[in-house]
Amino acid sequence: MSMTRQPALLGTSGLIFLAVLFVAAVLVPVLNLYAAPDSAVHVPTYVVSLLGKYLTYALLALSVDLIWGYVGILSLGQGAFFALGGYAMGMYLMRQIGTRGVYGDPVLPDFMVFLNWKELPWFWYGFDMFPFAALMVLLAPGLLALVFGWFAFRSRVTGVYLSIITQAMTFALLLAFFRNDMGFGGNNGLTDFKDILGFNIQADGTRLTLFVLSALALGLGYILCRFLVRSHFGKVLVAVRDAETRVRFTGYRAENYKLVAFVVSAMLAGIAGALYVPQVGIINPSEFSPANSIEIIVWVAVGGRGTLVGAALGAVLVNYAKTYFTSGMLAPYWLFMLGGLFVAVTLFLPKGIVGTYYDWREKRRQHDDIPDEPLATPRPAE
Amino acid sequence: MTDIAIPEPTTAAEPAPAAKKELTEALLYLDAVTVTFDGFRALNALSFTVDPGEMRAVIGPNGAGKTTMMDVITGKTRPDRGDVFFNGGTTDLTKLDETQIATLGIGRKFQKPTVFENHTVLDNLRLALKGQRRALPNIFHRESAAARERIDEIFETIRLTEHRDRLGGALSHGQKQWLEIGMLLAQDPKLLLVDEPVAGMTDAETAQTAELLREINANGHSVVVVEHDMTFVRDLGVRVMCLHEGSVLAEGTLDQVSANERVIEVYLGR
Ligand SMILES: Nc1ncnc2c1ncn2[C@@H]1O[C@H](COP(=O)(O)OP(=O)(O)OP(=O)(O)O)[C@@H](O)[C@H]1O
Ligand SMILES: [Mg+2]
Repeated sequence: MSMTRQPALLGTSGLIFLAVLFVAAVLVPVLNLYAAPDSAVHVPTYVVSLLGKYLTYALLALSVDLIWGYVGILSLGQGAFFALGGYAMGMYLMRQIGTRGVYGDPVLPDFMVFLNWKELPWFWYGFDMFPFAALMVLLAPGLLALVFGWFAFRSRVTGVYLSIITQAMTFALLLAFFRNDMGFGGNNGLTDFKDILGFNIQADGTRLTLFVLSALALGLGYILCRFLVRSHFGKVLVAVRDAETRVRFTGYRAENYKLVAFVVSAMLAGIAGALYVPQVGIINPSEFSPANSIEIIVWVAVGGRGTLVGAALGAVLVNYAKTYFTSGMLAPYWLFMLGGLFVAVTLFLPKGIVGTYYDWREKRRQHDDIPDEPLATPRPAE
Repeated sequence: MTDIAIPEPTTAAEPAPAAKKELTEALLYLDAVTVTFDGFRALNALSFTVDPGEMRAVIGPNGAGKTTMMDVITGKTRPDRGDVFFNGGTTDLTKLDETQIATLGIGRKFQKPTVFENHTVLDNLRLALKGQRRALPNIFHRESAAARERIDEIFETIRLTEHRDRLGGALSHGQKQWLEIGMLLAQDPKLLLVDEPVAGMTDAETAQTAELLREINANGHSVVVVEHDMTFVRDLGVRVMCLHEGSVLAEGTLDQVSANERVIEVYLGR
């Protein structure tokens, strides 16, 4: 009989990750609500939202790691899926404003009144209903990924070419969403939100709830990704990453596997975007900017490609650094630092923080030779 | 020759009666296949057939077109001209892609051993094992007891049982060759195309590989083996075909082929 040593659904690092997330989801609200405002441990509400934003970025990074770390698809357009999820949520929030807008129109958002539009465009229908908007948070990025991936993977576009067309995709959307006549608020995007599901979007309680929901989404997203990469399906993904031709000659349709992973990844990014928008209070076309998508790659590379946990960690660390530096006198140099960080990681830490830790742990326990997470070591970036 | 069941041919083609008989009785049928790369003819009107249950050795100098021949059969390269039929003329391979051809029952071992380096040896076999290939069902796929048994059998055959938990990439060159043959076995194809299986093997391993391939053939699989190692080809003890400049130079027993003057001139006599 085969002795099958399957890595557990949640390895040690996964359990630690979920535990930390859980503690944060409990502790942050407690310290916000019950610590005295002048005490050292008090967490002000603006910090709660900042942390919530980091968590949505972590989920976004996770979505990139699923396809880059495990399938070798280096998407430089992931920000587009994030932004589409964000816009779907933003449209719901706009419709909730109702007569409280500057122009007081019960149906039309302010920017439409300003543009002299007389009625709501058809693609805004239904967004006054939360369940519909929530569905669109998944469907809009999912469908775009399905159509885009179907063409790209069938024509066997891979490597740099695939990266370039994903970048072109998000750039095209950037230009489109900038236009006023697209009906998404143009340059200014969607903002001035009042409430979500009837709760005041500025209220502390709402902010805390959004933070906890972001933590929950990240935790569930992690478990989903982990479940996928451990399955037979996930093993085929890694096989596609390492030897796509061999996979085809073994009878698998590599393009279908890529497509499923790509669509799941886009939907995760969409959920991240939908949680991001109410916490930052605005969504505008700059979210589609190619530089944003490239930044996500840096997060994942820093944390460790193909480790899932590393992607989330990298997102939080890099964004914490970003907040820190861009709020001080070093602000103008942030992009240089980000670029420098990427170069440094590529040269000195090609497996990222978590990947390097796994290697070290592997060496240390070589005597026991238990391959805990054999899936988790991709080749250095191609 | 082992008699294995092949589906009754149903083709309604109208070639000459002799050619038709050859076509309908062959497992694999190549006729006048030509492949050109930038004006260079890698295959030049190549024709031959492989019978059901047959094992065939292919020799020939470097650049003779042996690997290109396998590329054409497996759908990696489209021929400029010529016919490639499978299963007694019922299936036109030039119309299918790699995945479809693999699903039909043609397995391939590459010249450069290609295993999934970041998967354990066991997972390599699991991935290759004949079974569900579709993406969505494989998210929830569970390994059956029968599958486990079959994998254990293959491990015995390819003698890698004690390496099952190592990563594919950590194996020696020779072990990778065997793992790849094991993956072919797991796929359970009708026809195995094996490109230079003993490159990088010791003499003992080479002899074991010949035995392994004979065993596979005896179990009803047709096999086409490309190899430069003449001791190995002799060990196989099967019909030999010598390719040169993209077509068949000589065909017959090893003794007949190696007595052929042209073969000595272009290949053996070097
Ligand atoms: N994709 C390609 N593009 C251009 N030329 C090619 C290509 N593939 C093969 N060739 C050429 O076609 C010829 C036949 O190559 P092939 O690999 O089939 O030879 P072979 O018989 O397998 O040789 P070897 O014994 O060295 O493996 C060679 O001259 C090779 O350079
Ligand atoms: Mg060759």
